Amino acid sequence: MKFTVALLITFLTGLAMGMTSLIPWWGFVVAAALVGAIVHQTPAKAFSAGFLGMFLAWGGMAWWIDWQNKSLLSQKIALVLPLGGSSAALLFITGFLGGLLAGLAALCGYYARATAPK
Amino acid sequence: MRLVPFLLSATVTTALVVVLNKPFGKIPALGKFFSPHIGFWQNAEPFDAVPEANLTFSNLKGNTSVYFDDRLVPHVFAQYDEDLYFVQGYLHAKFRLFQIDLQTRAAAGRASELAGPKAINFDREQRRLGMVFAAENALREIEKDPLSRSLFDAYTAGVNAYIDQLTEAQLPIEYKLMQATPERWSNLRTALLLKMMAKMLSSGTENDLAGTNAKSIFLPDQLKRLYPQVPDSLLPIVPAGTAFVQPAIVPVIPASADSLYFSHRDTIEAHSHYQPDPDNGSNNWVVAGSKTKSGAPILANDPHLELSLPSIWYEMQLTTPTSNVYGVSLPGSPMVVIGFNDSIAWGVTNSQRDVKDYYEIRFKDDSRKEYWYNGNWEPTRFRIEEIKVKDSTTVYDTVAYTIFGPVMFDQHFSNGYANKMNLAVRWTAHDPSNEGMTFYKLNRARNYADYVEAIRTFQCPGQNFVFAAKSGDIAIWQQGRFPARWPGQGLYVMPGWDSSYAWQGFIPQEENPHSLNPERGFLQSANQRAADSTYPYFIPGAYITARGIRIDKQLAGMNQITPQDMMALHQDYFNTSAEDLRPLLLKHLRSEQLTSGEKEYRDALANWDLLASPNSIGQTVFQCFWDSVQSAIWKDELMRTDPMANMPTEQTTLELLASDSALQFADDVNTPVIETLPERITLAFKRACKVLDTKKAEGKLEWSQHMNPSVYHLLKEALPAFARKGLKVGGYGNIVNAIKHSHGPSWRMIVHLSDKTEAWGIYPGGQSGNPGSRFYDDYISIWEKGSYHPLWLMRADEKGDARIKGVIEFKKS
Repeated sequence: MKFTVALLITFLTGLAMGMTSLIPWWGFVVAAALVGAIVHQTPAKAFSAGFLGMFLAWGGMAWWIDWQNKSLLSQKIALVLPLGGSSAALLFITGFLGGLLAGLAALCGYYARATAPK
Repeated sequence: MRLVPFLLSATVTTALVVVLNKPFGKIPALGKFFSPHIGFWQNAEPFDAVPEANLTFSNLKGNTSVYFDDRLVPHVFAQYDEDLYFVQGYLHAKFRLFQIDLQTRAAAGRASELAGPKAINFDREQRRLGMVFAAENALREIEKDPLSRSLFDAYTAGVNAYIDQLTEAQLPIEYKLMQATPERWSNLRTALLLKMMAKMLSSGTENDLAGTNAKSIFLPDQLKRLYPQVPDSLLPIVPAGTAFVQPAIVPVIPASADSLYFSHRDTIEAHSHYQPDPDNGSNNWVVAGSKTKSGAPILANDPHLELSLPSIWYEMQLTTPTSNVYGVSLPGSPMVVIGFNDSIAWGVTNSQRDVKDYYEIRFKDDSRKEYWYNGNWEPTRFRIEEIKVKDSTTVYDTVAYTIFGPVMFDQHFSNGYANKMNLAVRWTAHDPSNEGMTFYKLNRARNYADYVEAIRTFQCPGQNFVFAAKSGDIAIWQQGRFPARWPGQGLYVMPGWDSSYAWQGFIPQEENPHSLNPERGFLQSANQRAADSTYPYFIPGAYITARGIRIDKQLAGMNQITPQDMMALHQDYFNTSAEDLRPLLLKHLRSEQLTSGEKEYRDALANWDLLASPNSIGQTVFQCFWDSVQSAIWKDELMRTDPMANMPTEQTTLELLASDSALQFADDVNTPVIETLPERITLAFKRACKVLDTKKAEGKLEWSQHMNPSVYHLLKEALPAFARKGLKVGGYGNIVNAIKHSHGPSWRMIVHLSDKTEAWGIYPGGQSGNPGSRFYDDYISIWEKGSYHPLWLMRADEKGDARIKGVIEFKKS
């Protein structure tokens, strides 16, 4: 239950914070850390919830954009980067980058709470 | 106990954010770049998206509606001229922002701001050529006239209205890749864009530096044979037999010309590294109703320029209650440049005239503060150029200005040559002018008189304006401000210390070569010399003769012409030069000395249909052979100087071969024996066969594979993923369908001035500059097939038409 809640909050805040240009692109990292601290679970679950939440937020949003775009741009960017023109690889990296940052942040949040004096 | 993992995870997370937030060299900040909220994903437009918006701006006078059709061409309906150009500026920015920003920065010698140290030399050359100086002079002229000022101001305000509301997420993808931001627009930048065109079309049409070196190699009578002014086979723009009036100006040859100029045999060790493509040129022609099936004139145009993505052209319709024009505009400047309205149509080709001369300057000392002129030490004016460089320190360059113009080459700038000669540039692009107003008036012209009035003030780059009206008139004017030269003036570097070598005046505008309703019922221009030798002025230039011959002969033989016939002529692959050259080359080729493999190539050439079609092998063999022959004949002589003297034109070499079978220049001057022409040609063929063998091994013997026709993104090889390569088209620079590797017909237009105007057009690109839009390159496959779009001059009452897919409303707030 806690895992799902953490994942959902990370997912939603990750999407919502990107909507405003007042918050820098890494704003979700702070949010994920707070979720990791507030929703108390095991370190592995904190990391996984953060990772999956943002993997789905960034990966999902990119996938939605890419689907509407019929992969016109992603194929080109996947040649620039270079990923052999694979849109799928580009989508995976997008999700993975968001996920990794959020997962690590959540872990950080978890340990912050564990370290803090009771 | 938990402190260590906390610190560890906190450190790793923070470090990762910092690393992903930071660009590394060419790699953008990856966190930002991948963020689907602001990064590259935001440039991936929904496939079927069309613009739909209601916008308000305080600087508008009334309401303007923009209807986008199914291929994203905007049909702009404004109440006022100022609003019309505001909206044009807004649309240029919306669809081509990176293009106009990059091109004007490059024009101003500011490419290093985006590209880093590798562009410093380019920037210095631009500054030293006086590009900004030229734009500033144009700007003063633009802002002097209240009407012109209000139009250019409105255009600038429109570009800025778009830039100012731009969010980080909406930045064109190139800015995200290069970690740059767009710069606001100004009238100066519009002037710079026009000077970019001036450089593209009127710089490099002179040959002073290489020509001076040729003068050091050849004797005066040889020079006349190798670099003749009027080719024997010329079919000029103004039909032969046209009478010319007595010249109003007869320039005087300086008394010292023989000793100081014509017989002076010093070489020049200077060279411009960034010259425009010598095949920047075009075709245009018009046929009168007497030659068409419908009885109405048909006009055709195809400007040959570098092919790029986005294209140099942006198609649009601009309508107000008093004007209604359709055609292509140049993003970065207002108005329609090539197009038609309800009454007339017009097109342009380049005049290829030499409007740029170099003068040798004698400075008093290394300070460059004074130079010797007419027996006095005259003060120079210094212009300090500040070149900002990405990821490096700012470079300063001080350029001395003389009475002629900027001293482009001197001890501080010689492009790597040891001999520090001071060379000042006199160039008509530096003179005050306002070319934009020509297009403002042309867009509104109703008849021949309006057209002449519109083009009259057009100065640089000199253009051949072809014209047709619904009334039935057809015309052409070679228009520009051209120096009146004494014979030979400006072919070579001139002494800069004697005013008798300066330009003595300009050819009066009404004496520019022109023709109205000639009896033969057609007019054409294809970068050839405008007039035959009866024209009373000395008009050197970088002329291309072959295309004009082909077009002239084709049109002369045609009757009952339809627009489809004109399309076929646009696509014409016939190699006129090869038709004349092949028998000459084969005659001299010693077949008995060829191997069986070489004989196969010889047979391919002999049996070739003379068409440079995409799958032609004969064309590949011919071009490799001919290039090799020209090198064999000329390189040994021309390479006596560094930089190399200029090669005689293809047409000259052809005519020399045809008229002189014992061509003395065939001998390789580097060998003790005297080679004959057949020996040289056979050797050249054998060399060409080596190249052909390599091509054959690569499977690139067919002409289109050999040429690899491609349309590159503006950033060229830096972004191959944004290019379209390997197009299946043929052609060449000397062929009517003038496609080369990444150069050629940048816009093909045909206008039939029947009761209801019919028009067709195509350019190899797309309306959107965004590689994430399907409108980025959707025209290329149509262009490749040789097809056209019907051009729709929409009426206001047609806004319910099924072709209209989106609307942007602009309102005054």
